[in-house]
Amino acid sequence: MMKSYTAIRIALLLAAGVLVSACERPPITTEQHGFRGTAMVKVANPRIVAEQAGIHAVPAALPVAPQEGQKASEVYQNVKVLGDVSVAEFTRIMVAMTQWVSPEQGCGYCHNLQNLADDSLYTKVVARRMIQMTQTINSDYKTHVADTGVTCYTCHRGMPVPANVWFAPEPQKHATRMVGSKGGQNTPAESVAYASLPYDPFTPYLSKANTIAVNATTALPNVRVGSIQATEDTYALMMHMSDGLGVNCTYCHNTRAFSSWETSTPQRVTAWHGIRMSRDLNNTYMEPLTQTFPVHRLGALGDVAKVNCATCHQGAYKPLYGAPMLKDYMALSAAGALAAMPAAAAPEAPAEPAAEMPAEAEKP
Amino acid sequence: MSMLSFERKYRVRGGTLIGGDLFDFWVGPFYVGFFGVTTMFFSLVGTLLIVWSASQGPTWNLWQINVAPPDLSYGLGMAPLMEGGLWQLITVCAIGAFVSWALREVEICRKLGIGYHVPVAFGFAILAYVTLVVFRPILMGAWGHGFPYGIMSHLDWVSNTGYQYLHFHYNPAHMLAVSFFFATTLALSLHGALILSSTNPAKGEVVKTPDHENTFFRDAIGYSIGTLGVHRLGLFLALSAVFWSAVCIIISGPFWTRGWPEWWSWWLNLPVWR
Repeated sequence: MMKSYTAIRIALLLAAGVLVSACERPPITTEQHGFRGTAMVKVANPRIVAEQAGIHAVPAALPVAPQEGQKASEVYQNVKVLGDVSVAEFTRIMVAMTQWVSPEQGCGYCHNLQNLADDSLYTKVVARRMIQMTQTINSDYKTHVADTGVTCYTCHRGMPVPANVWFAPEPQKHATRMVGSKGGQNTPAESVAYASLPYDPFTPYLSKANTIAVNATTALPNVRVGSIQATEDTYALMMHMSDGLGVNCTYCHNTRAFSSWETSTPQRVTAWHGIRMSRDLNNTYMEPLTQTFPVHRLGALGDVAKVNCATCHQGAYKPLYGAPMLKDYMALSAAGALAAMPAAAAPEAPAEPAAEMPAEAEKP
Repeated sequence: MSMLSFERKYRVRGGTLIGGDLFDFWVGPFYVGFFGVTTMFFSLVGTLLIVWSASQGPTWNLWQINVAPPDLSYGLGMAPLMEGGLWQLITVCAIGAFVSWALREVEICRKLGIGYHVPVAFGFAILAYVTLVVFRPILMGAWGHGFPYGIMSHLDWVSNTGYQYLHFHYNPAHMLAVSFFFATTLALSLHGALILSSTNPAKGEVVKTPDHENTFFRDAIGYSIGTLGVHRLGLFLALSAVFWSAVCIIISGPFWTRGWPEWWSWWLNLPVWR
């Protein structure tokens, strides 16, 4: 009898040890995001934040290059993007891109070193399209990226393939079992912060445009808004957004009424645009590149790597904690490309608005 | 003053913890005692402070009156009265009133020469409250982490606090607490039903004894815990529910800052099936 008690005690102690070691400890840091007492609070462990600081460190900007001189497209061949910037700025951006995307592989990762203008490597074709994508984000999606903007580094962080991308998941193996299909859920997956929610919240919302709003907007749910499955999909997407940004639900929502914009934080508006942006980037830029990528870069179902919130954010509420990298590489914004143009082209710029002014003045 | 025939026998002097004979008397059916006086004081002051706070707020709607704790920026310091200071004073009054009531129960127990089970049980409820508004705020570094005093507002706080950890149902202590709450209500309903069934026999039959009660459960589930045991079980289930509730909230924040589903990665990573 004594022996069995000892065994139980040891087992309990071991179990307690596992549970305690699975936890964190005070002190913690908190940040208030709503009226006092609403518990709209961001909670973080400063030791984990410090551990991850390296991921969010910003590389030093390269020395400024002269904007004068010949345009890149006048000197190099087959320049289809960034052709309007000076040769010096063009070279500077190429060097920066190498540091951001392929620091170990070097220029040869995208370029045929015998002939830099050659398009034979798929990586060069993809890189060109990615520059256009970056310019679109920085000029057309200021609602999400503001003037902070993004660069290649925002996603790539020194890696040829960004650490956080998504593919459509393989169909479940157990679908034909007598117990039935798991319906793409009940599998603790990182994509939904290890909840039992559907583990592919990306296809319905960041590739297709399913309706995200599922909550009733009245005190009593008289009108059916979203099915249970649609609701679980929405919550799965929200789990990803929270986890991808290192925040919790109350960063955007006052959970007493998820749908109410009046009681939501301003961040929810930014996030709303971010969902539309991710969807647009996947459909306009990534999907059409499917055939360009070699098979080993594609997912199990042959689909191209796509972006979600974590692709840029990587666990930070703002990518790189909001460090404005774009300002040092304005050519990566379609609007900025003008400002970064060689001096020779500069006089044309003021002429344009001047010509438009009278036309505007005549309108009323 | 009405008094049951046997009541006078139990109205004995002494047993007080403080104040000696000073407040050792009854008002009507109520024992007063030093802690009765402090209970009255703290409840009156606390209630008046709530009324004062409500008078400065936007509404007299009972559902919507909200006495909110201070902004987190005040940390563990005092806040101006209208910006959470009143919440702090009301919290002091509430704890004063609850603890006084528990100590008054202790004095009554001492007078009667019975165990301290009742004040201990009530102590668990106080522990849960103090965990919410004192222990956890201290561990998290600001009084503002306490819950607001209002019928709707405290529910909104509960909702948001749960969503701070993405999915609160994955909180292991919350799982235990919820299970114990369900178990304690089930146990109470079974026990209540059993007592009523044996004391309300069919017409013409006599009231049944505990032998019948025991037999019912032996026939049904092979075991009866007995007349005393069922009350031990009830106390255990009820106190466990409260205890694990306190645990589930004190670990949310101070001892876990991420989504609760992620906490279970220790289970997913057990070497047996990793």
